[in-house]
Amino acid sequence: MIGERVLSLGVLAVLGGVALLAAATDEPFTITLATRVAILALAAAGLNIALGLGGLVSFGHALFFGLGGYVMGILAFHAQTYTPLDLGLFEVAGTKSMPLIWLAAVAVSALVAIPVGLLALRTSGVYFIMITLAFAQMFYYFTISWSAYGGEDGLSIYVRNGFPGLNTLDPIQFFGLCFALLCVVLWLSARLARSPFGLALGAARQAPARAEAVGFDPMRLRLVAFIISGAIAGLAGALYADLNRFVSPAMFGWHLSGELIVLVILGGVARIIGPVVGAGLFVMLEHFLGQVTDFWQIWLGLILLVIVLYARGGIVGLVSPRRTGHG
Amino acid sequence: MADPVLEARGLSKSFGALVANDAVTLDLRPGEIHAVIGPNGAGKSTLIAQLCGALRPDSGEVRLQGEDVTGLSVAQRARLGLARTFQVSALAMEDSVLENAVLGALGATGSPWRFWRAALSRPTLVAQAEAALDRVGLAEARHRRVADLSHGQRRQLEVAVALTLGPRAFVMDEPMAGLGSEGSADLTRLLDALRHEAPILLVEHDMDAVFALADRISVLVYGRVLMTGTVAEVRASAEVRAAYLGDAA
Repeated sequence: MIGERVLSLGVLAVLGGVALLAAATDEPFTITLATRVAILALAAAGLNIALGLGGLVSFGHALFFGLGGYVMGILAFHAQTYTPLDLGLFEVAGTKSMPLIWLAAVAVSALVAIPVGLLALRTSGVYFIMITLAFAQMFYYFTISWSAYGGEDGLSIYVRNGFPGLNTLDPIQFFGLCFALLCVVLWLSARLARSPFGLALGAARQAPARAEAVGFDPMRLRLVAFIISGAIAGLAGALYADLNRFVSPAMFGWHLSGELIVLVILGGVARIIGPVVGAGLFVMLEHFLGQVTDFWQIWLGLILLVIVLYARGGIVGLVSPRRTGHG
Repeated sequence: MADPVLEARGLSKSFGALVANDAVTLDLRPGEIHAVIGPNGAGKSTLIAQLCGALRPDSGEVRLQGEDVTGLSVAQRARLGLARTFQVSALAMEDSVLENAVLGALGATGSPWRFWRAALSRPTLVAQAEAALDRVGLAEARHRRVADLSHGQRRQLEVAVALTLGPRAFVMDEPMAGLGSEGSADLTRLLDALRHEAPILLVEHDMDAVFALADRISVLVYGRVLMTGTVAEVRASAEVRAAYLGDAA
């Protein structure tokens, strides 16, 4: 049995190592796959805060992923067409700067998460799942009809956005950025899980009456977790759009919300490194099995079935079972 | 007479045609253990729920340290110093004993909005939590998962979490439930000492414990307070004997 910290560092080292090896042997496609893993893992790490720590099964996290994507798409679109973005009260210029885009993606996702969370958290169980799904679908259909930004066809960005001091067109450098953000977010989630907030949130999940009895409002704890979770998924969405240089309504689709849940469950719910393991497995299956058969998701389904039936802790739980609640 | 710490004034609560509490009035004074006894279905749980804020009374009010708290939530009342234990343990089962106690200590600080330094590396929280665990005799078990504890240990932990809050008043819902005679005796000793830190409203079926501990007893029957009095008065009452105690008195 491996300690959680060792396992986490090991998994990250493998992901980074694969990308570096691919760079050394000049295989940009493998780097792209590794980048995809890093970005999906980032989004799933965001979901893991709501789902794992907070027990909130959001079936609408594509909402935030898509918002991040469209924030990137819209800002970059206005920069590449040299048109100002009219926000009603004032106009802003578009931008091709990644740090600015990330900031905007995080802010917009967090802002949208407030009303969505306030409404959705009034419910629980199946109703919570359905409401979060409904919000994501609302944005999905809205963007389909939003012709200013490509509507159903989506929006292409011709050149990847820039980051000061780096050449983001170089696959390994862009991977490095995504990987660094992933590491930072995982480190922050690990801290969050052990923090007083994490302890209170965990209590609100396991025994809401207890959280109340010591003076905490479970609803507020969950709302804050939902906002943090959405903001991280938004950041991942901006990166994903930059990886593909393309955004489309599909980023809001329920497929994606479902995939994110699958990533978390595959890796191990509430385990810090779980999303990376889940995303790695998912992308590998998609790539290797996808070459053999179009129906590769059948195999994904089987694996998921086995994990849900026999290994609730996911793959991380098999390798490194936890001793206490905050392992 | 010192002002009561916790008061129920004319609390009534009905569920449809069932009157669960009918104008219940009782108070908890500094330094006392006030036991509430009564047969099953007498409305004890409904009373506790209204005192703690989980249920809104149809009429009447709840006062905590002289202040009307009838409109406040469970969490708000807890922050004002009302600590409760649950009849069925409500604990974070996946967490360790220490983490559950630290949660209480965190509750006492009034704010969960700290995101950075680990809860278990905050000396004041941990010290407060360990002191409480020590008092209930759980110091040895502090790193065990709550799910792995025995029923009796969970009962002890319930009390420990309430202790960490450093409350003005305790409301304990059958803390002895399911404890063996030794466990009951230990907990009786603890509660006996505890009343001087904060008074205890004790709902309990274990009559040995009630008679040993209570300064006053209120007898609840069919949602009404049949009588409130000292142990001797209650034991002597023919009415109480008929309604509840039977041969136990």
